Amino acid sequence: MSYIIKGNTGDWEVVIGLEVHAQVISNSKLFSGADTTFGAEPNSQVSFVDAGFPGMLPVINAKCVEQAVRTGLGLKAKINNRSVFARKNYFYADLPQGYQISQYELPIVGEGTLILDMPDGSTRAVGIERLHLEQDAGKSMHDQHPNKSLIDLNRSGVALMEIVSKPDMRTPEEAGAYLRKLRAILRYLGSCDGNMEEGSMRCDVNVSVRHPGEEFRTRCEIKNVNSVRFVMQAIEHEAARHVEVYESGGDIRQETRLFDPSRGETRSMRSKEQAHDYRYFPDPDLLPLEFDDAYVEAIRATLPELPDEKKERFISEYGITAYDATVLVMDQENSAFFETVAKGRDGKTAVAWVTTNLFGSLNKRGLSVSDSPVSATQLGQLIDLVADNTLSTRLAKDVFEIMMDEGKDPSVIVEERGMKQVTDTSAIEAACDQVIAANAEKADEVRNGKEKLVAWFVGQVMKATQGKANPAMLQEILKKKLLG
Amino acid sequence: MTTLTDLTLAQARDGLRNKDFTARELTESYIAAMDKHRDLNAYITETPELALAQAAESDARLAKGDAGAMEGLPIGMKDLFCTEGVLTTAGSHILDGFKPPYESTVSARLKQAGAVLLGKTNLDEFAMGSSNETSYYGASKNPWKATGDDRDLVPGGSSGGSAAAVAARIAIAATGTDTGGSIRQPAAYCGITGIKPTYGRCSRWGIIAYASSLDQAGPMTRDVRDAAIMLGAMSGYDPKDSTSANLPVPDFEAALTGNIKGLRIGLPKEYRPEGLSPEIAALWDRGAQWLKDAGAEVVEISLPHTKYALATYYVIAPAECSSNLARYDGVRFGLRVEGSSLDEMYMKTRAAGFGTEVQRRIMMGTYVLSAGYYDAYYLKAQKVRALIAQDFRQAFEQVDVILAPTAPTPAFGMGENMADPITMYLNDVFTVPTSLAGLPGLSVPAGLSATGLPLGLQLIGKPFDEETVLRVGGVIEDAAGFTAKPTLA
Amino acid sequence: MLDKQTVRNIAFLARIDVKEDDLEPLANQLSGIIGWVEQLGEVNTDGVAPMTSVTNQVLRWRADELTDGGRADQVVLNAPDKLDGCFAVPKMVE
Repeated sequence: MSYIIKGNTGDWEVVIGLEVHAQVISNSKLFSGADTTFGAEPNSQVSFVDAGFPGMLPVINAKCVEQAVRTGLGLKAKINNRSVFARKNYFYADLPQGYQISQYELPIVGEGTLILDMPDGSTRAVGIERLHLEQDAGKSMHDQHPNKSLIDLNRSGVALMEIVSKPDMRTPEEAGAYLRKLRAILRYLGSCDGNMEEGSMRCDVNVSVRHPGEEFRTRCEIKNVNSVRFVMQAIEHEAARHVEVYESGGDIRQETRLFDPSRGETRSMRSKEQAHDYRYFPDPDLLPLEFDDAYVEAIRATLPELPDEKKERFISEYGITAYDATVLVMDQENSAFFETVAKGRDGKTAVAWVTTNLFGSLNKRGLSVSDSPVSATQLGQLIDLVADNTLSTRLAKDVFEIMMDEGKDPSVIVEERGMKQVTDTSAIEAACDQVIAANAEKADEVRNGKEKLVAWFVGQVMKATQGKANPAMLQEILKKKLLG
Repeated sequence: MTTLTDLTLAQARDGLRNKDFTARELTESYIAAMDKHRDLNAYITETPELALAQAAESDARLAKGDAGAMEGLPIGMKDLFCTEGVLTTAGSHILDGFKPPYESTVSARLKQAGAVLLGKTNLDEFAMGSSNETSYYGASKNPWKATGDDRDLVPGGSSGGSAAAVAARIAIAATGTDTGGSIRQPAAYCGITGIKPTYGRCSRWGIIAYASSLDQAGPMTRDVRDAAIMLGAMSGYDPKDSTSANLPVPDFEAALTGNIKGLRIGLPKEYRPEGLSPEIAALWDRGAQWLKDAGAEVVEISLPHTKYALATYYVIAPAECSSNLARYDGVRFGLRVEGSSLDEMYMKTRAAGFGTEVQRRIMMGTYVLSAGYYDAYYLKAQKVRALIAQDFRQAFEQVDVILAPTAPTPAFGMGENMADPITMYLNDVFTVPTSLAGLPGLSVPAGLSATGLPLGLQLIGKPFDEETVLRVGGVIEDAAGFTAKPTLA
Repeated sequence: MLDKQTVRNIAFLARIDVKEDDLEPLANQLSGIIGWVEQLGEVNTDGVAPMTSVTNQVLRWRADELTDGGRADQVVLNAPDKLDGCFAVPKMVE
């Protein structure tokens, strides 16, 4: 899939790199024992460390280290047994220490890879540059007072993983696929809940354009884009802006920009224009972060099966397509549901039921798999009823809709409503005879070569049997009776 | 025995336990002495009511026989230690009105051991200075005066108020902090004992940071035994400080055996530069002779990178301070000067809140960390620092302890060195290398200058070997027989 | 060495308001100190690893437990300006 902007000076290609800030799942903050829960009263989850009080010192949270290593392993990345915390110095009202404790030269996780699953079933590898641990800042609120901003430090000091991709993406769709895949991996690992709306996963987008084959040109960074859709829109707009500037003889300045979702465009953040000089240096309040291989291996041993492996296994074990496998593995619950349904059954049938019927029906009802009225076991039972000819596929669909409404087992519904399909030859023959007798003219037409009308007869007999006639038997009997 | 305030900490401790006098009586004597010598400006904040309340509690505990190591002993607390509910200023305007809602680990330990808090002692602003003259609350004075000269002298810095208070008998002992010599140099200038323990021995939690990789707390006392007792009460592992050492605290007082037979004492030849004051050189030689006489072996050693220690220090300390002091921004505590924008508020607040020397060091530190200069200055200094530490490691393969002067001169006159920052920085030439290497350093009064002012000798030890340092210090103390008292006390 | 413009930039990075008239003397002073510090250039530090920690300790980790917070009143107690439990600052513009 290529994404080329046609310009007057030729084709332009987009170069995209993403920096994702993922909030680490932990009870307490990276360097203090205060709570990380979202949405508490202002400053109620703040230790004096988080508020940058005089003489306060950071002590690292073991869970955050473990989560970073876990995530690094999930990204097939190099884990650095020795990393260093550095201070990133700048002044801002929501940054109480006057610096952010981050990692600069030696991050905890080095290079890795993330596989994109594109909608056409193809895959593409995107390089991970690094992952490091750092503190989140507090929150500034500007609407409460005409000439003051208010600062709440509850979020100050919460652990973030900054995950930086290489500039390997070339289309907005790839950026979208990257974010969805990263989110899936983080959720599998339990290291971040991936909730972009609540801000526990935030994305900075680096965009530049170039004529294919050229060196990279100047990039702009679009800060804090908070949904996959907006990321894709922001890239489209920003790339188009670059092309326009270049083609009208201008030059792109390296700068920080903001995406305005209501206008669908990016604009320069003038307040951030003053040259930054973060003066990184190793934090003298902390020693280098060190652990041995055994520590890493112990974490590796607890990793769940991750989306890529699960996808491969689904394809080989259940014979489903890459596309279906991708859809399923992006969410752990979806894939677990599928596996329960598919276990001991035909994989292709199971995937059709899960992705088409179940997901379609859940979507209509605005439900997720975890709220599904039909359990995986029940859906499996339904498939079994088709396999043993109790239900035709068509009847099964009706039963399924009733299950969605009532939540009962399929056998109960079939029993209560007498929905069992008719496989008794004589009963089907009798029904066929009746319909043929009532439509003698049409039967003659069939016999005179208008074979297409057989389908019409099938429909009529089906209607007469309230849809319960076994479709294959019905087909066969009708043909025999009409065509001899 | 003359007056209660003349007792050493050890003597007073024993006196309290023997019920010779009460903690209340002792504390009242000190409060009276503080009144008398308020002109020294040794305290920024006096806490007599708190002191008397604490003394009453101490008397109750003494009566029950469950006295702590510092029970009922009235001390001064350098105003760099956060004390819960008690104004804490760091000698700076920028912390105007700041009452910490928490207690530093070291002051909490002292409190736990029964110490009585007389007040918060004066210091150079944010501990940046060697004369106590950069304090927003005015300079503290040295209780000593040169023979036949009535000019006021500096007590040294940055723990100048603590040193002056202990020397003038307006505190039985006091806490100090030492970043490049801030315990040892004022101790030498005021004729008292001060030890900067190994980096990591005392928790830094709750001490207002100047340069985090160098700051260490330590006791300032009348003699070596007192230092040993108080160091024991201040020391120990603190899980709240990631650089605190998880090691047991030895019984430092028990290390004062006086037996140094067979110990190897190193004299670094680089500490005898051309132009070293002859009386300092003579004092040093005398010290070496005392140790020889006590059965130690004295050898010359080399610390080849000594010459570069000051320059190294004046890159690293300002770099760390520029970052550590960024939190003083007028938002959450202390002074604020209003401005029309956030940046303007920051700039006005920090311009008004920080004094000249602090501003100078912040700017210096900002510069050496800034893009394009980091490698040339900061990284270079960290490499030289590694070489300085290595010098000491190699020296300690040959010797058990190092003997050196504490400061190149006795106390100087107020205002004398304020014009040129580098001249002022040179006061720390013998103390800074130890700080850079994180080693324990003790200053013991060892004699008087020709002008009648106290001079100190410094003992430098291996990491976490304060015991040997104190033991050798005790021998110097005995041999020196330093009994002179300041003019004022 | 350091010129006025450099000092102006540093002063802004450090958020210290320096009067125009003070820039020049400050530039001279800082240049003096920087010039003195440059003696470090004489030291051969090839292959020397920079010293990043003083003690020979390893970084200790704490357990992921809630041990702090729940005292918003104390957090804002010393604030020069506060409103609705928050710190108040001059309005910031995006």
